Amino acid sequence: MRRLLKWIDDRTGLEKVIRSALFNEIPGGAKWRHTWGSILLFMFAVQAITGMALWMSYSPSTRSAWESVYYIQHVMQLGWLVRGIHYYAAEAMVVLVLLHVIQKIWFKGYRKPRELMFWIAMAMALVVIGFSLTGYLLPWDQQGYWSAKVRTHIMSLSPVFGTYLERLTIGGEHFGHHTLTRFFALHAGVLPVVFSGLLLARMMLVRRYRKQAFEETAKTEVNVSSFWPGQALKNAIACLAVMGLVMLMTLKPQWFGFTHIGMGAPLAAPADPTDLYAAARPEWYFLFLFQFLKYFPGEKEVLGAIFIPSLILGYFVIMPWVAKVRIGHYFNILVSIGLLTGAFWLTYSAKMEDATNANYIAAGEQAHEKAQRAVELASGPTGIPEQGALHLLHHDPKTLGPILFAAHCSSCHRFDGHDGTGKVPLDTSSAPDLKGFASRAWLTDLLKPEHIATKRYFGETAFRNGDMVRFVNKKVSQFDKEEKVALERAIKALSAEAGLSRQAKVEEAEADLIVLGKEDLGYELGCSDCHAFHFEDDDADGPDLTGYGSREWMKSFISDPGQKRFYGENNDRMPSFLTEGILTPTEIGLLVDWLRQDWYEPLPK
Amino acid sequence: MVLLVSLAHMIKKPQPSTSPDRRGFMRGVLTMIAGGFALLGPLLGGLALLLDPLRRNRNETSGAFIMVARLASLPANGIPMKFDILSNRKDAWNHYSNVPVGSIYLRRTKNEHLAAFNIICPHAGCFVQIDSQKPQFNCPCHESQFHFDGTKANPNNPSPRGMDPLQVEIRNGDEIWVQYQSFKTGISERIPTS
Repeated sequence: MRRLLKWIDDRTGLEKVIRSALFNEIPGGAKWRHTWGSILLFMFAVQAITGMALWMSYSPSTRSAWESVYYIQHVMQLGWLVRGIHYYAAEAMVVLVLLHVIQKIWFKGYRKPRELMFWIAMAMALVVIGFSLTGYLLPWDQQGYWSAKVRTHIMSLSPVFGTYLERLTIGGEHFGHHTLTRFFALHAGVLPVVFSGLLLARMMLVRRYRKQAFEETAKTEVNVSSFWPGQALKNAIACLAVMGLVMLMTLKPQWFGFTHIGMGAPLAAPADPTDLYAAARPEWYFLFLFQFLKYFPGEKEVLGAIFIPSLILGYFVIMPWVAKVRIGHYFNILVSIGLLTGAFWLTYSAKMEDATNANYIAAGEQAHEKAQRAVELASGPTGIPEQGALHLLHHDPKTLGPILFAAHCSSCHRFDGHDGTGKVPLDTSSAPDLKGFASRAWLTDLLKPEHIATKRYFGETAFRNGDMVRFVNKKVSQFDKEEKVALERAIKALSAEAGLSRQAKVEEAEADLIVLGKEDLGYELGCSDCHAFHFEDDDADGPDLTGYGSREWMKSFISDPGQKRFYGENNDRMPSFLTEGILTPTEIGLLVDWLRQDWYEPLPK
Repeated sequence: MVLLVSLAHMIKKPQPSTSPDRRGFMRGVLTMIAGGFALLGPLLGGLALLLDPLRRNRNETSGAFIMVARLASLPANGIPMKFDILSNRKDAWNHYSNVPVGSIYLRRTKNEHLAAFNIICPHAGCFVQIDSQKPQFNCPCHESQFHFDGTKANPNNPSPRGMDPLQVEIRNGDEIWVQYQSFKTGISERIPTS
């Protein structure tokens, strides 16, 4: 080992370099506030390590970005850990670079000849914010997508070059493949190089200042010690402390106010340009700006978004000169404290407003559900199709059924008393409640005199006084014991026509009863006086009960309830959703699958 | 790590007067431990993520019989024809159904039987072509030559073995089903890969 090191040293002179780095004399001895440089360097190294590991599995395109991040997060080994560390270390870094700037102001770190150090600290803060702005979009999820939309919009407000700047940033007129490639190149290529340059410049300056200070104070300063090992130990402990916090955030994000389920970083549903993300909020460290902009409505937005932040930034740049004036330094401190207090207050009021905003809370819950559903579908047996994960959500009955029902059906129908999405419409219903349509329970209640003419079934329709209601009121109510048993069998037989997956087990067990029930339904109970059931019946004027409630039957019914097979001329107010062009066949299929509760559900673990 | 520790040993302080050496050494070791611990999470996590491909399953369709063509599409004169293998494929997060996963040569043999070969040259994995002059297969990459029965056509053939034959079955009268497999290239033994 010794010989190998000597061999290397003879050719590189490495020992001298390391020696001079390790035994670089520090005036005033080891101090905690000298750990900044190493913490920043260390965090940068952590981001580089985790970033490169993620890079090897990330795919920057609108059809694969979310998908590859999902794959990292949920399939690849320890992917969630690496992504979590990268995410929370980024948050820690934002705090660290800001504290770094504030520390420089507080300890007069910008006085001659250290102005450059101060500006480097500021540049670092801006670059780290740049990292965060670009990195946030990369998963191409709802959160990142809509945040980036707002930010590029703000960018477009800047005077003169605004629109050009926006177009250059997003790589075209619309968000797309080139937005991701550009953000990714900035995030993983340009910004790391710039940040490395800043770190290097900082290191060189620190050594130069220390040397100068050492020469000045060497005679008087007693407490001079070298970097190794005193300062190095302090540095290592500081790094360990920061990293410990990052690990804790990764493992227990809930302890830090994150609301997503599980460990690691959050991942919202795939970016959907057709579905505004009402839960969109910037990262917590930008919340103050978000709140600030609320005070600049309409055309004044450019003041709050561009001019005032630029002015503040400009003031920070000239702080070293302000400090030269008498009490200038204290003025700088006062301004910093004022700004910090303002930011804290704005962040606090943003949080408070959201905490009582029912719409925001509901949107947040919906976003969680959608994110979870996207992962369920992506992990399902079909995997993710070529068109991407969004395609899965756009063809998922569980996701789209409630939305379609609320939009097209809930003006007359209800689903368990609400409009499918959980809201109760203001108007009262005028058609049956379709929760559990064609199920045994639904049919059993339909055939009870006390229910059939209520709002839940035909109470508000033209069939209120129709043959079916009359039949139930007059005949069914008079059924004797034997007929009641037959009715129960008939209900089971009719419900079996629907082939509902959630009744499959029971129906298999009661196959014999169902065969008998078919007889009851077809001949005994008088249903066939009006309904056709497994035979041609030209006189039947009630809906055909063959295949009642099945996917095909329901699709056909919704497409055109006025067909002879269904209500014919007796149809009340129900539109013909396909023939009138209200819904597409795919949408009708999704609606039917949702009503039949026929969608992919992962097996419980 | 080891390198750093031995470095710490080697590099003695230039002025050993300021602090007792033993204390300095302990601090040095503590520094290494703290630094190592701090980097443990990112390093191990990153390494695990990097090594993930090693624990991915092979393509599950490998070794299954796949319907390739109907008898009528194969010429009677024994000249091989190229057919694409369509199968389901998993590519990381994407599942594809019925996409090309490879190609084979099919030909009729003298006694009304069928022969199938994987199109991949056993030498270095290029796609073997049908020679335009002679009735034989020819690899465009390194000039491996094979007879239509798959055996090597040239003693100086760079390929370590003949072309890889595949199982063929006729099902339902005229459907040609092939057990599609690939084999490790560059060796004389036939070891199936995914």
